[in-house]
Amino acid sequence: MANQVCFRNNHLENSWTLEAYQSNGGYEVLKKILSEKTPAEELIEDIKLSNLRGRGGAGFPTGIKWSFMPRNAPGQKYIVCNSDEGEPGTCKDRDILRYNPHQLIEGMIIAGYCIGASAGYNYIRGEFWEPYSRFESALEEARAAGILGENIFGSGFDFTLDAHLGAGAYVCGEETALLNSIEGKKGQPRFKPPFPAGFGLYGRPTTINNTESLASIPVILAKGGQWFLDLGLPSAGGEKLFSVSGHVNKPGNYEVPMGTPFSELLEMAGGVREGHQLKAVIPGGSSTPVVPGEQMMEVNMDYDSIAAAGSMLGAGSVIVIDETACMPRILERLSYFYYEESCGQCTPCREGTGWLYRVLQRIEAGNGSNEDLDLLDNVASNIEGNTICALGDAAAMPVRSFLKHYRDEFQYHIDHSTCMVKSDW
Amino acid sequence: MSAELISETSRADIDRWVAKYPEDQKQSAAMAALRIVQDQNGGHLTQELMDAVAEYLQMPAIHVYEVATFYSMYEHKPQGKHKLCVCTNISCMLRNSKQVVDHLQERLNIGFGEVTEDGLFSLKEVECLGACVNAPVMQVGEHYHEHLDPAKIDELLDALRKEG
Amino acid sequence: MDNNNSLTIQVNDIELQVEPGQTLIEVADANGIEIPRFCYHKKLSTSANCRMCLVEVEKAPKMMPACATPVMDGMKAWTKSPKAIAAQKSVMEFLLINHPLDCPVCDQGGECDLQEIAMGYGAGTARYSEKKRIVKDKDYGSLVSTEMTRCIHCTRCVRFGTEIAGITEIGGTGRGDHMEIGTYVQKSLSSELSGNIIDLCPVGALLSKPFLYSARSWELKSLPSIAPHDAVGSHIQVQVRNGEVMRVIPRENESLNEIWISDRDRFSYLGLNSADRMTQPMMRNDVGKLVTCDWQQALEATVKGLKAAGAESGALASPSATVEELYLLQKLMRGLGSSSIDCRLGQQDFSGQQNQPAPQLNSTLESVEQQNAVLIVGANLRHEQPLLAHRVRKAALAGAAVSSVNPAQVNFNYDLSTTVETDQLTPALAAVAKAMVALGKGSDLDGLTALVANAAVDESHQAIAQSLIDGEQVMVLIGGLVYRDANQAVLYALADAIAQMSGATLSVVTEGANALGGALVGAASTAGKNVAEMIAEPPKAVLLMGIEAKDLSSTDAIRKTDFVVAMAAFSDGLNDLQADIVLPMAAFTETSGTLVNMEGSWQSFQGVVAPKGEARPGWKILRVLGTLANLDGFDLDTSEEVLAEAKTATESAAQAGGWSAPSSLGSDQTTVSIGHAIYAVDPLVRRSEALQQSHLGQQKGEIA
Ligand SMILES: Cc1cc2nc3c(=O)[nH]c(=O)nc-3n(C[C@H](O)[C@H](O)[C@H](O)COP(=O)(O)O)c2cc1C
Ligand code: SF4
Ligand code: FES
Repeated sequence: MANQVCFRNNHLENSWTLEAYQSNGGYEVLKKILSEKTPAEELIEDIKLSNLRGRGGAGFPTGIKWSFMPRNAPGQKYIVCNSDEGEPGTCKDRDILRYNPHQLIEGMIIAGYCIGASAGYNYIRGEFWEPYSRFESALEEARAAGILGENIFGSGFDFTLDAHLGAGAYVCGEETALLNSIEGKKGQPRFKPPFPAGFGLYGRPTTINNTESLASIPVILAKGGQWFLDLGLPSAGGEKLFSVSGHVNKPGNYEVPMGTPFSELLEMAGGVREGHQLKAVIPGGSSTPVVPGEQMMEVNMDYDSIAAAGSMLGAGSVIVIDETACMPRILERLSYFYYEESCGQCTPCREGTGWLYRVLQRIEAGNGSNEDLDLLDNVASNIEGNTICALGDAAAMPVRSFLKHYRDEFQYHIDHSTCMVKSDW
Repeated sequence: MSAELISETSRADIDRWVAKYPEDQKQSAAMAALRIVQDQNGGHLTQELMDAVAEYLQMPAIHVYEVATFYSMYEHKPQGKHKLCVCTNISCMLRNSKQVVDHLQERLNIGFGEVTEDGLFSLKEVECLGACVNAPVMQVGEHYHEHLDPAKIDELLDALRKEG
Repeated sequence: MDNNNSLTIQVNDIELQVEPGQTLIEVADANGIEIPRFCYHKKLSTSANCRMCLVEVEKAPKMMPACATPVMDGMKAWTKSPKAIAAQKSVMEFLLINHPLDCPVCDQGGECDLQEIAMGYGAGTARYSEKKRIVKDKDYGSLVSTEMTRCIHCTRCVRFGTEIAGITEIGGTGRGDHMEIGTYVQKSLSSELSGNIIDLCPVGALLSKPFLYSARSWELKSLPSIAPHDAVGSHIQVQVRNGEVMRVIPRENESLNEIWISDRDRFSYLGLNSADRMTQPMMRNDVGKLVTCDWQQALEATVKGLKAAGAESGALASPSATVEELYLLQKLMRGLGSSSIDCRLGQQDFSGQQNQPAPQLNSTLESVEQQNAVLIVGANLRHEQPLLAHRVRKAALAGAAVSSVNPAQVNFNYDLSTTVETDQLTPALAAVAKAMVALGKGSDLDGLTALVANAAVDESHQAIAQSLIDGEQVMVLIGGLVYRDANQAVLYALADAIAQMSGATLSVVTEGANALGGALVGAASTAGKNVAEMIAEPPKAVLLMGIEAKDLSSTDAIRKTDFVVAMAAFSDGLNDLQADIVLPMAAFTETSGTLVNMEGSWQSFQGVVAPKGEARPGWKILRVLGTLANLDGFDLDTSEEVLAEAKTATESAAQAGGWSAPSSLGSDQTTVSIGHAIYAVDPLVRRSEALQQSHLGQQKGEIA
């Protein structure tokens, strides 16, 4: 089974239109909830039952997150969707925005209803102009149809939704940086506590969820939490989008049940690039630890199985690497990314990411020394856990895992001032 | 009054963004405003324009400078008419973005951060564009160009040249 | 402390009772437990960005920043456990990799938090072999110098600007490793409190520009004193080397200046060594030329001239002179039979003086913060009294309704609840009074009834009146523009009426560091000629103390007077006055003395360096003059004796009273006079080149 949740409409012609969406039952569950005035608690319980875990990377159960909101507290509260999608390897939310924007809108309205928010923002990364325009058109359609705005479906429930466009900063995917960015500030993460559920956008209680998490909501509530749970595993319900990129024959986004064996996913993606063998996989996006290929072939695509292999499901961004890869070269590029994208406010990340990158650059250029590998590992571990947000950890984890599994390649670079593996790319 | 540097149409555009946020949160439109005045100015910001945005949105100028220098899509130097943003991050790298870069640099005879003599193109190395399954990828203006190879690039460059 | 609410936590296995809402670092600081930190500062918001204060907390998977970790009942934290130390050490290493190793030439050397904490960790950057970051310096103007390569991005200066100075002009531009703290465009800092970022900067990135490379911190002797310009009486530390004042920095005093001082009080010392410092007495010779002479000659000639004029002599003094000086000055003049003594240099209207008590805050600076509503009338507070302005700002940020009746040029660094912009203070204030009467708040307006009845009330006046009535603790604060107004007496009476009707404290801010002291010791005499009269038609002999031509609205008449004696520290400003005798007077660092601040606190200080050349402390000069004039009661050996006598003589005068209107009303149409700009208030400040070159010093023709 596949394509039952976020991609369930992709086969429709002009699937992004209101007409197409409604032809497949779109906005029915919202209408039902609003007309029956289903208690929010009941809906949240169903989402808890579904065990939908946050698709943005951290995997926090969405139902539990929603229950943290002081839904009955007076004053404005917000639901914010995270469509920043900046983690290298990740490009699933873009396809939700492009092909199924109404399902996200419906999910956000329901979320607003559940957490007591009458306003929402969708934060879309600045480069996504085309998906942004799609989403804006969908908003226009929904407003015109009375699905957004005041007194939705005559229910007395009001909800406004707008899109905010970023301007190029990976760190804005971090939820509090994202809030600052909506506030028109630079995207520096905030120290927590206070948490957004108490002090979020404009200082008001706010829930932030990933695009895929929110787009899953209408389907879950339409078919029931149990149905969704059963799609996946008890430890994580549902189907999940996996972006399979890199050295495969058919890179693409695949929506498959949680727990699908990696080998099956790889097969769906056409297998490893013609004439090559699997060397390594980064299973959850560039900041998750790399896993050697043979080990990965034994792993299922769910939180626990991947954790047992020493990595993380993350955002489900599967980067497949074949035997032509020079691992020091890849790591150098990844380190450059974190160095570039550090927001600069906290010391270990601001200083440490640059240090990591410079040492890796030196090694890659053939000027490494024997102490460098321990140094790298140690600097990475000194960043880890000591920063304001998880970007520091994200920068450290690749370094430590690459060194753990491919230390010989780094050592070779140091000893011979050249790559052990010659890539054709 | 430096806000006058912002054109009628740009103002109307900024006002549409201001309307998205609560009344006392005009500053939320700063990012959009900077993008709009950057476009108005042919692709890069100047101090005068940043000051104009500060004045128009009634926020301290330094906060505008902070925003304008934090996000990578704002430019502070003149760009080519077409800004070619090539992703070289991991998924694109694995799909040979190096070839894309080499080909572009050879065809345009410029490096990253440079503008062609005719002012038509500038080249920029960017981080992951979020289209990894269609690598290698490049953004030109509002559009993504995916699954790039030298032939596709040639075709695109010719089309853009024709457009002028 | 409410013990029912307090929590029990353990820090380093020691049990502590703490309050909910406190952070670990606050608890540690209160209990003498050391936690290293750079970004945390008790006066600023928490940013938790330096990560230096990481400590181990039971059950927390990561090390927690003590500055941002609220205490919880039963919490256990360790500040020096192996894990905590390891985290702190790594942060220290990260901070140092891009920090230059230029301590030997850095002005911060010896008082650098980074240097000090780094020593404690024995950390180095031995493992870092890459190139260090170089950051371009910024031009912050004449007061603060920058060495931005040393910046550790703690953002204290950024937060100071927004939170304390109320001017957001410093920020962090760029991101990551490229982030730079600065103004982005080259720009002189525009705050009247800007120098405080020098103290806040934990490293040598922001330094005192005038002090740059002039001394090493350990060569300096640091001596306590009281700041000589603002009527806050800020506590300062004067730092001295080889008998020269090298630097002035604040000394913590929570109830007055907290940890801040104004730029005026910080940088005025630079005027001490001005080229025109008077170091020798001078007298006019036979051909009318001022030439140096010895003290004996000068003093005898002074006494002779003053005695000859007797009751027809008069004295004008700086409102920043000490209690001892002002007391002895009036004693001398009264001994000679004259009551013409005045230090109210800016005042024009004296018609109400018989009923006006000494000008004062009638409150403490700390309680200004507690006000629910404040009405500011005719006061450019930020320039007149920067730290009082800061207290009012704090009240405003805490939610007080602060309103203003002021000329449009007066700027505020917070949002006013209501503002009436006008050059005509009298009708505006009358309208507020009228609005208050209309709200049923009394009508006993004495001589003001007609004026108030004629006032035109609009909704701003009503809003102001309402805010004062609504607030529980409210204050009407009148400042220099009222003080200098040609209709001062009426304005004071109106303000008093408004205060009485609303139950507000009436606070009067005048000029100089010791205007209240001057009034209390009788140096603002209501009996003889006042300053306006003495300027218009001078007495036969005039004695000037600590003032020069620029301090007077006109010198035309005085320069033609028979006999002018100036006790002065500087010579150039006297040219216009045609002084016959100049007695070189010690500056504030060179004498002991006492200043009475706006709260009414008497604060004494000691001289920290010897007077320049043959200059002598003012009180000593006056004592000798009194003795030479054969007056009684001048055999006072120490300034303490003078002070003791001054205090007993004035206790009875300190009573408060009503500010009733003068018997006849002046015109009800007035315009405010332009007063001194912030860095033109007295001879010393005017000689501080750095202040003159600063952003505010360069603003010409601006209001008080
Ligand atoms: C550096 C960094 C980048 C992140 N980028 C994204 C992102 O692009 N999209 C996203 O949904 N979550 C991202 N996250 C995770 C968010 O902070 C947050 O956990 C998530 O949006 C919550 O939504 P969810 O519970 O639905 O997953 C990022 C986190 C970090 C630390
Ligand atoms: S970890 Fe990096 S990105 Fe996150 S707050 Fe610190 S400096 Fe900014
Ligand atoms: S002092 Fe706590 S993080 Fe800087």
